[in-house]
Amino acid sequence: MANTLQIESRGGRAGTPLLEVQNLVMHYGTKEGDVSAVEDVTFTLNNGEAIGLVGESGCGKTSIALTLLRLLPDNSVIKSGDVRLDGESLLELDEEQMRRRRWRDVSMVFQGAMNSWNPVYRIGDQIREALRLHWPETLTYQEETDRIAALFELVGLNPLTMERYPHEFSGGMRQRAVIAMALSCNPKVIIADEPTTALDVIVQDQILRELKKIQQELGMSIIYISHDIAVIAEVTERLGVMYAGKLVELGSTIDVFHRPKHPYSYLLLKSTPSITGPRRKLAPLEGEPPNLIQPPSGCRFHPRCPFVIEQCIEQEPQLTTVADGHAVACWNWQEVPEIGGLQK
Amino acid sequence: MADLLTPPANEIEEFDPRSVIEEPLWRVRLRLGWRAFRKNWALFSENKMGIAGLLIIALFGIMALAHPVLMATVWQDHLEGGKSVYDIRAGADSVIVEKTIVEEVTDPLTQISQIEAMFMGTGVSIPQFGDTIEVPLANPAPPVLTGVKHPHILGTDPFGADVFSQLLFGARAAFLLGAIAAISSVALATLVGTISAYFGGVIDTVLMRLADLVILIPLLPLLIVVSGFWNVELTMLGILIGVLGGLGGTAIILKSQALSVKVKPFIDAARIAGGGHWRIITRHIIPNVLPLSFLYMMFAVTGAIFTEAALSFLGLLNIQQSWGIMINIAHTQGYTLEGVDVWWLMFPAGLSITLFSAGFFLVGRAMDEVVNPRLRKR
Amino acid sequence: MSDTVIDSGAGTKTGPLLRVENLRKLYPVSKSLFREAHDFVHAVDDISFEIAPGESLGLVGESGCGKSTTGRMLTKLTDATSGQILLDDEGEMIDIAHIQRSDMRRFRRRVQMIFQDPFESLNPRRTVYDTVAESLTVQRIGSVQEREERVAALLHHVGLTPPESFLFRYPHELSGGQRQRVAIARALVIDPTFLVADEPTSMLDVSIRISIMDLMLKLAAEFNVSYLYITHDLAVARYMCDRIAVMYLGKIVEIGPTEELLANPRHPYTRALLSAVPVPDPGFKRERVDIKGGISKALNPPPVCRFLERCPKATDQCRTNDHPGFDDLGNGHFVACYNL
Repeated sequence: MANTLQIESRGGRAGTPLLEVQNLVMHYGTKEGDVSAVEDVTFTLNNGEAIGLVGESGCGKTSIALTLLRLLPDNSVIKSGDVRLDGESLLELDEEQMRRRRWRDVSMVFQGAMNSWNPVYRIGDQIREALRLHWPETLTYQEETDRIAALFELVGLNPLTMERYPHEFSGGMRQRAVIAMALSCNPKVIIADEPTTALDVIVQDQILRELKKIQQELGMSIIYISHDIAVIAEVTERLGVMYAGKLVELGSTIDVFHRPKHPYSYLLLKSTPSITGPRRKLAPLEGEPPNLIQPPSGCRFHPRCPFVIEQCIEQEPQLTTVADGHAVACWNWQEVPEIGGLQK
Repeated sequence: MADLLTPPANEIEEFDPRSVIEEPLWRVRLRLGWRAFRKNWALFSENKMGIAGLLIIALFGIMALAHPVLMATVWQDHLEGGKSVYDIRAGADSVIVEKTIVEEVTDPLTQISQIEAMFMGTGVSIPQFGDTIEVPLANPAPPVLTGVKHPHILGTDPFGADVFSQLLFGARAAFLLGAIAAISSVALATLVGTISAYFGGVIDTVLMRLADLVILIPLLPLLIVVSGFWNVELTMLGILIGVLGGLGGTAIILKSQALSVKVKPFIDAARIAGGGHWRIITRHIIPNVLPLSFLYMMFAVTGAIFTEAALSFLGLLNIQQSWGIMINIAHTQGYTLEGVDVWWLMFPAGLSITLFSAGFFLVGRAMDEVVNPRLRKR
Repeated sequence: MSDTVIDSGAGTKTGPLLRVENLRKLYPVSKSLFREAHDFVHAVDDISFEIAPGESLGLVGESGCGKSTTGRMLTKLTDATSGQILLDDEGEMIDIAHIQRSDMRRFRRRVQMIFQDPFESLNPRRTVYDTVAESLTVQRIGSVQEREERVAALLHHVGLTPPESFLFRYPHELSGGQRQRVAIARALVIDPTFLVADEPTSMLDVSIRISIMDLMLKLAAEFNVSYLYITHDLAVARYMCDRIAVMYLGKIVEIGPTEELLANPRHPYTRALLSAVPVPDPGFKRERVDIKGGISKALNPPPVCRFLERCPKATDQCRTNDHPGFDDLGNGHFVACYNL
């Protein structure tokens, strides 16, 4: 019997591929037409790595997260592509098999996680439920309690508070509890979808540090999804930029921030106010995100792109590696200037 | 302030706002209203229930409109003894004579005199001593309950009056009652709910306790008692049902809707624009409550029809003719248990009541999806 | 004091546009119909500040610090419990907190507000024209024709061009950014002197925040309005504001010119706040300033420094004395702390 008090990542050796998303295409069917939510997305998450998916609302990042957990709504269709965890395809599993892998292999910290606690049950009991549903062996009540206590200590919560109800927790405490729940079955990979949105700045900082500590101590693989690039910069080593359902840039976090290759990444970085660096030398992004039912021809970003050339309107660029470990989907990427680091 | 209305001085780009305004405002609003109506209609008509409901209501509408038309034209041809065969009150099979009132005979049980009983519900003022009236004589041949045969499409009631004609007339009564009850109920509920939500405090407490009281009192027994004291006619019944229905549950529901509107930032914005209480209530809160009000209007109609039917069945109302009265007549003349043999006595009236209510209910359900976007299918 | 108009005579031209003095908002708790309240939540607890004409002040703090409440008191959406809010209206100082009904109309022409939620701050049943023209309509300014022209001009100003195609649209036909532009047009249509902006970009997509913020900066200069910018995001406050005031639990703990305050924060809370702001650069190493966890109470707070429970530098002086007053560090930089 596995040591129930051990909290660990059940992933493999650091650096080896854990999760492979290959050419994923996913659409939503609506009355107005097919929404092309995820279009040909490919990336790999290695063991022990933290990767970020950054983009605005509607870019498809949450859709990808839901696809990985197979928690998509009824009107969604996975048109093509594959998702492999440790070499096994997740999309080919039936619901029962997927349920066994959910939480045990892939768990999630949801968006607005503070509200995903059921107010009429104690926090501890809700984590117990997760254990009962997903832990491979049946645990005794005491074993469950001990494990939850260990989880709470790991995330910086007093174990005695597991007997409390959600409304007795502050926002930050609830978020820590959500992280505890995500770790409860020793998953291989955690998906953190906007883990700190709606938290105050100081609490957000504490939570991010907590997550980083967990990642490093346990060697946990994490996918961070956020619209806030400053948050992503803090906690990830690799980064994918998404726009209108497509992955437009993929590389190490430092590379993408200092040497962006896609105009959208560049503009996103240039349009983010910061407390350091030049105060107002910023470049606004014109226009609005596109309609995904009838996306623009060619490159989906071309209507808003300041570096647009004719080819962009006709042909859709594919994600191509242009430097070491750095890929971009753009015809005119060479024109995109470097940004360099922010000085205090 | 004139300077407020001239365009700001530092205009870099060429822009003349006068070039923009082409249509007068009222015409624009008309156009917008029409566009909104078309859009809501498109949403509404997706739902088969709603269309079915509308068709049913249209059917009864035709019935109601047809009655006076038919009475004035086609049915005048079928006369016997001076009265149309299709008269809703008495059949033509009776002989009318003139008589003078010399004494009053009062029924010891109901304390209603014979003259009063005779003229109750006919809409004619009750005659006094010495007046001369027309009275149907004890017939040489008693009024005949006829089955389905010409000229009576649906037969006659026990008094010889044509059932089909009564049915059409009943539709008129149903619409009238439904309209009065629904409009008064919802107008009152909207007002009470909105004022209660907006002002809060003592006003809210008083109005809500009033609403609790109204919910507490059962409608039917109350109306039975009321009808003992007053001559309850159709209009009065409509208003009674409207008030007692409107102050109760509907007011509470509309109040909660008004509350959810009141806390939205655009109400704050309206206040900052200088709006006073009255403006905010009428221009901002009520327009956002009205869709729900219209919805409840539909359900108010169904309630009103059933209440009237019940009260008429119990013989408590002073209405000239309605579907409830038809059933009442059949019942008091002893035909309740005769069943299928005399189906035309109760079945058409009962079916009309049910269908009419169902029509409004279906429309209400379909409207629910228009008003409440969350109920719509993806 | 029954007078709401304090005539300061000549010289107010160079004085502040807005002066807030000892402003407080207390919410009674556990009050029943028959009993007086004993417990109060000190949402805004004795704050004072000034805004000069044409200046912008950022009010920064975490949730529950009282910044939104302050904004609501400045626009009379909430009544102040005590204190004064003095607004300079063409030489006369009006006390907004004790304003007479006869002056309300005038007040509504001077002070306007922009809200956080672009979806809920526009009435869904009214067109863009109706919404923007609301203040003109209520105050009966101009004829219908003139109002339409003014609204069209404003729409052009906020970048909703061509204006005629936006005039009669409904909010659900607009995107979030467009709605917020409508909200800005609505605030400026009556030519106010002072604007309160409550987190106007926090619910917008990141890529359009800058364009909205730039729009506000441009229009503030063109229309010559001062504004109070309420936000929890220090980076945004830096972008938008000339001066920043940091609030904690109903008190202003530090206030000063933006760059000065960010380069040289003196209050422990300000330093902790600044150190916690994530920077969009993975190579940037932040100096972390830790404060203790714990929830300070806004309910009947004891008469000590509000930050005492969480302050890493608390001394006996902080424990025994009342909440510190402001120390003037020069250059308009004030801090409320005993341990500088």
